[in-house]
Amino acid sequence: MPNKQETTIDKTKSSSNPFKNSRVSILNKIMPILLFLCAIVSVFTTIGIVITLLSETVNFFREIPIFDFLFGTKWSALIEPKQFGILPLLAGTLMITSIAIIVALPIGLASAIYLSEYAPDKVRRIVKPILEVLAGVPTIVYGYFAISIITPIIQFIFPSAGVYNALSAGIAVGIMIIPMICSLSEDAMSAVPRSLRDGAYALGATRFEVALKIVVPAAFSGIVSSAVLAFSRALGETMIVSLAAGSTPTLTFNPLDSIQTMTAYIVQVSLGDIAHGSIEYGSIFAVGMTLFVFTFLLNILAQYISRRFREEY
Amino acid sequence: MNIFHDANRKQIANRRVKDKSLHMIFLLATSVGIIALTVLLVDIIIDGWSNLSPDLFTNFPSRKAEDAGMKSGLVGSMYIMLILVPLSFILGVGAAIYLEEYAPKNKLTRLIQLNISTLAGVPSIVYGILGLALFVRMLSLQKSLISGALTMTLLVLPIIIVAAQEAIRAVPRSRRDASFALGATKWQTVSRSVLPSSLPGILTGVILAASRAIGETAPLIIVGASTYVAFLPKSLTDAFTAMPIQIYNWISRPQVAFKDLGASAIIILLAILILLNITAVIIRNKYQKNI
Repeated sequence: MPNKQETTIDKTKSSSNPFKNSRVSILNKIMPILLFLCAIVSVFTTIGIVITLLSETVNFFREIPIFDFLFGTKWSALIEPKQFGILPLLAGTLMITSIAIIVALPIGLASAIYLSEYAPDKVRRIVKPILEVLAGVPTIVYGYFAISIITPIIQFIFPSAGVYNALSAGIAVGIMIIPMICSLSEDAMSAVPRSLRDGAYALGATRFEVALKIVVPAAFSGIVSSAVLAFSRALGETMIVSLAAGSTPTLTFNPLDSIQTMTAYIVQVSLGDIAHGSIEYGSIFAVGMTLFVFTFLLNILAQYISRRFREEY
Repeated sequence: MNIFHDANRKQIANRRVKDKSLHMIFLLATSVGIIALTVLLVDIIIDGWSNLSPDLFTNFPSRKAEDAGMKSGLVGSMYIMLILVPLSFILGVGAAIYLEEYAPKNKLTRLIQLNISTLAGVPSIVYGILGLALFVRMLSLQKSLISGALTMTLLVLPIIIVAAQEAIRAVPRSRRDASFALGATKWQTVSRSVLPSSLPGILTGVILAASRAIGETAPLIIVGASTYVAFLPKSLTDAFTAMPIQIYNWISRPQVAFKDLGASAIIILLAILILLNITAVIIRNKYQKNI
């Protein structure tokens, strides 16, 4: 756009002294500072998250001993006698995430292998946008999917399953994270150089052998880190579990039972009218803190894995 | 010749069969995502299509499913967008310009960059908790439209920053050099050469961030979006609701009539998202080649 640049010069020339345009020089000095302030907002967001979570959590632990919170096996925050042992919520959350990973990892990985090793260009150009759409569907819609399709199917197969059960929510969360595992793993696989594949083909390997014995091992760090990121995403998923998994914090290993996750608890409390400073108010932050610590550690782990174990070619 | 030995021939055949069957398995796995999307869309359209009527846009929520609409949710979501889009645009693009054009290569810059990628991985519900503590309580904005909009702005900021950074990075060095050679200052170069060239990419990012925000439910519940609002917010500090909140309220009820109403609302939500995404794709395709 050469025209624009010309007008820039014209403007400078038309002012009395082109080399000492005060508006221009002030802008030049002020803008970096303003832009820096924009950039620093993100740092303050993190600091804000940590400080608010920490301060309210400390308040909460003044009333509920930290030991009871971490190792208590009963969570009953809204009904007397109130007990705040996070293990049932934690177990519920881990059950959902485990089901989700069991569903999503094989499917996501197999799709990634298909797209990166087998699919003709035409197919890839159709499938990739579809997966992008799947990734862009709001989680509340997946929640509806869980209660209107997955739950009835589960109840048909297992008549003992409740209206709210962990399996249904877990499968829906799994479908939600498939695109994430698929696209991140596929990125890692496409980064494996052509020459490695050609070498294997030259030795007479089949496509399947190339995919599983050459490409997957070479892209392993990327695949693992995609799985860890997906795990962390599933951990923080809220609306699907609030809708489909129920709101009964029970320490169970039966996926057909109704459970409650950490996120669903926070939603349940927030929907009621809670007084500021009450013990329930504090419990949101303690649970939120636990969730934040878990996802934060997982994200760091994913970054570490992809950096530490990356095969450089 | 070993290769033509019977056992070897069998082995080769086995490997071929293995290859073929795994090809099928991989293809099946890929189709799972597509099937899931199809089933989801068909289910929602079957449940919700018959309820789709102008009433949904013009009526307030009601106890009777046949009278209920989501006017307050639609308007609430629109107001949130009106605050979120300009605010996150200014903050996000500002941050991206700073990081790409001005930031010195030092520890602070690396910290900011690392911090942005970490924030992108924080669950949305945690942003809700931040909004509850910071906007609702500390700044005593109460459970209001502005609290919700500000919380969502913080949520989408990392998305916009990363998209804008990529767009700015894609502007070739020669553009900047040409501008400097004409005697332009740094800011003139950035604002009149780099920014206009990267605007399509930035707009695509903003639209994608907006579509993320429109569907996001959890943070709004935490900052206290009400599930039953039978009026339109008149000021920034009024109580509010939003489309996904209304959907949540309807589909979490046991009555089938309300569930179907929720499905109709989902159709509208998805239609808006598809429109936004098509816009983003059109912008991307139209201006991509110009750089």
